[in-house]
Amino acid sequence: MSITNFWAGVPQGPPDPILGVTDAFKKDTAKNKVNLGVGAYRDEQGKPYVLESVLQAEDILHKKKLDKEYLPITGEIEFVRLSAELAYGKDSKPLTENRIAVAQSISGTGALRIATEFLAKYYPGPKSVYLPDPTWGNHIPLVEGTGMKVVRYRYFDKKTIGLDFAGMKEDLEKAEPGSIILLHACAQNPSGIDPTKEQWKEINEVIKSKKHLALFDMAYQGFASGDLIGDAFAPRYFVEQGHQIILCQSFAKNLGLYGERAGTFSMVCSSPEEKERVLSQVKRVIRPLYSSPPLHGAQLVATILGTPELFEQWLKEVKKMADRIISMREKLYNALVELKTPGEWGHIKSQIGMFSFTGMTADQVSDLAEYAHVYLTKDGRISMAGLNEGNIQYFAESMSKAVKGELKPKSSL
Amino acid sequence: MLTASARLALSRPAFTPSTFCARRAVSAWAKVPAGPPDPILGVTEKFKADKSPKKINLGVGAYRDGNGKPYVLPTVLKAEEIVFNAKLDKEYLPITGLASFTKLAAELAYGKDSKPLVEDRLAITQSISGTGALRIGTAFLARFYPGAKAIYLPAPTWGNHIPIAKDSGLEVKQYKYFNKETVGLDFEGMKADIKAAPEGSIIMLHACAHNPTGIDPTEAQWKELSEIVKEKKHFPFFDMAYQGFASGDILKDAFAVRYFVEQGHQLLLSQSFAKNMGLYGERVGAVSFVCADKEEKARVDSQLKIIVRPLYSNPPVHGARLVSTILSSPELYDEWLVEVKGMADRIIAMRSKLYDTLVRLDTPGEWGHIKSQIGMFSYTGLKPEQVDALAEKAHVYLTRDGRISMAGLNDSNVEYFAESVSKAVKGTL
Repeated sequence: MSITNFWAGVPQGPPDPILGVTDAFKKDTAKNKVNLGVGAYRDEQGKPYVLESVLQAEDILHKKKLDKEYLPITGEIEFVRLSAELAYGKDSKPLTENRIAVAQSISGTGALRIATEFLAKYYPGPKSVYLPDPTWGNHIPLVEGTGMKVVRYRYFDKKTIGLDFAGMKEDLEKAEPGSIILLHACAQNPSGIDPTKEQWKEINEVIKSKKHLALFDMAYQGFASGDLIGDAFAPRYFVEQGHQIILCQSFAKNLGLYGERAGTFSMVCSSPEEKERVLSQVKRVIRPLYSSPPLHGAQLVATILGTPELFEQWLKEVKKMADRIISMREKLYNALVELKTPGEWGHIKSQIGMFSFTGMTADQVSDLAEYAHVYLTKDGRISMAGLNEGNIQYFAESMSKAVKGELKPKSSL
Repeated sequence: MLTASARLALSRPAFTPSTFCARRAVSAWAKVPAGPPDPILGVTEKFKADKSPKKINLGVGAYRDGNGKPYVLPTVLKAEEIVFNAKLDKEYLPITGLASFTKLAAELAYGKDSKPLVEDRLAITQSISGTGALRIGTAFLARFYPGAKAIYLPAPTWGNHIPIAKDSGLEVKQYKYFNKETVGLDFEGMKADIKAAPEGSIIMLHACAHNPTGIDPTEAQWKELSEIVKEKKHFPFFDMAYQGFASGDILKDAFAVRYFVEQGHQLLLSQSFAKNMGLYGERVGAVSFVCADKEEKARVDSQLKIIVRPLYSNPPVHGARLVSTILSSPELYDEWLVEVKGMADRIIAMRSKLYDTLVRLDTPGEWGHIKSQIGMFSYTGLKPEQVDALAEKAHVYLTRDGRISMAGLNDSNVEYFAESVSKAVKGTL
């Protein structure tokens, strides 16, 4: 018999809109079920894919029999150094001038958390973060959880299924000067719609003129186009243009290291002295979060990035993953057109990265789960990586039926 | 109608990088103050910078073997082999972590037959070691605790407890714990403060091997504390970072937690595998809540996920697989118990040696507490000035509160350390 009843008032929370989809998928016993919910790459057989370069790195590490001592608060030194080079480019001015503050983080989410906690404490400007509409769902509690306000800027144009560039620029212009603007570096999640290089240049001008702070979320470097350097164009361009960007980097997708939680948080500072001051406070954000970051993933990344043969191999593997997704986009488009699915589907081919915003409604998504055992998030986003030769026809057919309203079994009254 | 000059004045100037930088003359971070080095981890930084061959690091609480080297447990090496050969994938874990890990972690802490486990009413999530567990626990309390959002910490406590609680949004209060004069537990003061706290206060308790003092309540004292906590309807929050490491016996070290559960307290437990499995950098831990029933557990579980998701989405897989491998294999589990005892025994032996040496050197003061204290740390009673002198003159590093990590001592350096302490106390360094 317990003396007290502390948690009687704790309400049941809703399932995570993304991770909850996988839960529902797991419960489904249908043989032909398809999971297009969470953004984890799948190979041609629909299986999780551990990169060969990662397996080799595991081998190397296993033989080294390293100890398991605590990492420094800001993480594994080689990992941090090599990750920053990958993101910014080895010759990036702030890097060579030793004025980028970098800390290992618990993958991309952890980097964003360090960012929002740091900004909430130290940003001298307005404590509101502008997020594109739509954005990755978790961005919102990441901001609000630290007491900052979320403001949305227009991004996705429902009518064109493309970028609402005029709306985006207008909203960034309207924002209070010195606002924090979150930008997806490439392969926007969930829409798959990225600004062109020319558009990035214009966005840079607006942000400059309003003295905004550019916060880049780069979860897909290499994964978007298959080209690591190409995918980093936006943050690198901004850095060249003199912005003191904040950058959140993840190795979950491009190195397939999902559960190892490898990532970095970095801030371009104005001098090495400022960088040291900033790092001293970044440590004070990290220490009460989790003291120091996990070893294993960082050691794998450092091994791959630091070994030329493995690095070259990795470049090929990233391209392979990106290429498979691009070919699935082609196939899906062709299948939908062949099935005479009502609507325009060109966006499936033009969108970039792991996800596609299909344009399906919440009801259609619901029907797909219930009647076709096809799982995606309510906003109509599909993870292209979940498609393969074995299921793409079935998916296209199901989606076609959903759009035509033919999924629900007709009631027999 | 605008004049040409007015039009010019109003038009936007061209933005070249140099104009931009000139306009952006003041960096957003210009006013960020330099933070002080971490009082614990900063000691290791200073130690690393010291070139003396005699240097000793008694700062951070990481176990060292008899040769002063980091120690990867043989069972951990075996588990690494098993996990490596299994060639598992690297998919995301669920938000609350590896299910086999959390199940076994709960059994280790509470005991397989513990009522909340048998009745399936323990909400548990994997965490980024002990710190992560504490962060999740305090964040949950800040959001859902029905009473005052304040936590009572013992004086002294692990330094990081304070910013963890504050960053989670809890107010920090203290209760008496360490008696400077006796270098022992101020039990009367502790009881009085806990009794005086408003009804339904959150009380943090170190389950065993109190950090930094090494002073634990006796079993009889824990029983008294349970009564007071019951009477005041307080909420007990246990931090258990040293199960097995304190006495060498995992059951004995979990006495307080298990006793409180038996007595019906709905406690919150933070658990770490950093020390007892030597998994430090792998960051393996768990945070658990004893709930009233299965339905409540489901509610609490759903809210834990909502807290964890914007912290780091889901926890790291590697360390959890190692722990799960060890705890689920009867042979590895038994081997591990022997290894934990080995570590605890070596520390107890060092305590004895240090005490004997200090006495032999006629070091002024009472040193019995070094032998009676428990776990990795000893509160020597050294003053900050003496600690500074030890660093500067003797290349001996410890935290400024006088805490030493016993694990950093071994047969090769305990004599030199004792001599240095003796000189520091005598003022002859």
